[in-house]
Amino acid sequence: MHELSIAMSIVDLACEEAESHGAPGVDVVYLKLGPLSGVVKEALLFSYEIACQQTPLEGSKLLIEEVPIVVNCPACRERRSVQSIQSLCCAECGTPTPEILEGRELMVTALELRQ
Amino acid sequence: MNPEPRLVEVRKNVLKQNDILARALRERFREAGVLAISLVSSPGSGKTAFLEKTLTLLHTRYKVAALVGDLATENDAARLARSQAPVKQIITGTVCHLEAAMVQNALDGWNLRDLDFLFIENVGNLVCPSSYDLGEDLRFVLLSVTEGEDKPLKYPTIFNSADVAVITKSDLAAAVEFDEAAAKRNIQAVRPGMQILKLSAKTGKGMDEFLEFLEKHRLRARSAAAIRT
Repeated sequence: MHELSIAMSIVDLACEEAESHGAPGVDVVYLKLGPLSGVVKEALLFSYEIACQQTPLEGSKLLIEEVPIVVNCPACRERRSVQSIQSLCCAECGTPTPEILEGRELMVTALELRQ
Repeated sequence: MNPEPRLVEVRKNVLKQNDILARALRERFREAGVLAISLVSSPGSGKTAFLEKTLTLLHTRYKVAALVGDLATENDAARLARSQAPVKQIITGTVCHLEAAMVQNALDGWNLRDLDFLFIENVGNLVCPSSYDLGEDLRFVLLSVTEGEDKPLKYPTIFNSADVAVITKSDLAAAVEFDEAAAKRNIQAVRPGMQILKLSAKTGKGMDEFLEFLEKHRLRARSAAAIRT
């Protein structure tokens, strides 16, 4: 399990951002999480609380938006979703699609700063 | 009453530090003309045996070196040192994967220009290493015939993060009734178009094709480096 070290990176990143905006802390961290990031949502939420202890993020919330895998289907020539993470085929036409456009996200998108 | 919280847009990758270091490593490898290859797999799938065989076969013709990740021991480095190639152990302690910073630190004192191939053996783990770019040119994911054909479906992310799949311990395939077609189908399902090699480090079968594959990629890396300089 590497979610604790990921959670600590999130806390570090948020602390830096808060400091650069002159805020004393953070209330909410918004995170985008793709299925191909290799990070499990539940384990991350559990680790996050621990990682926040005795930091300016103590008591803050982590809001995770889970985003789907998006591929470029070579047959449809369109952005498409896939059948599943176990079957990277275009959900519309069934063509195997190795070209992944989205789904690896592990990104802090926004923060609600404490005033 | 508390004032309204202030919402600010950030849009930063959580692993940006690792990504920055990995990019710098990739650039260093490219400039030095060394082909960097990492190996990931579950524990016990034969990474070290495969690497030992590879180093032994390559080191008569090329300058090769290896970094080996392990949670606690230096056993793998000792085994690999028998190949005569320079080997450094990265002991990760409680960390279940390698990160770019660990690779960077381990390279201290090595001149990459003296090398043709650098191998990086990750900690045996099919989950955590998938999140971390190490700056490698190629990532090989190993699947031994004794593990079961559905490993790719159980761990799609690591297969997806890799460039090439290697089926190892092929000498045991018949004994464990390994269904090669099913394994290949599952690999293709989670990573369409992925190249698959099959070999046995013990008997040496399939190693020639693997070495040819490496040499081809090294030439490509070399010519790319030459064009840039």
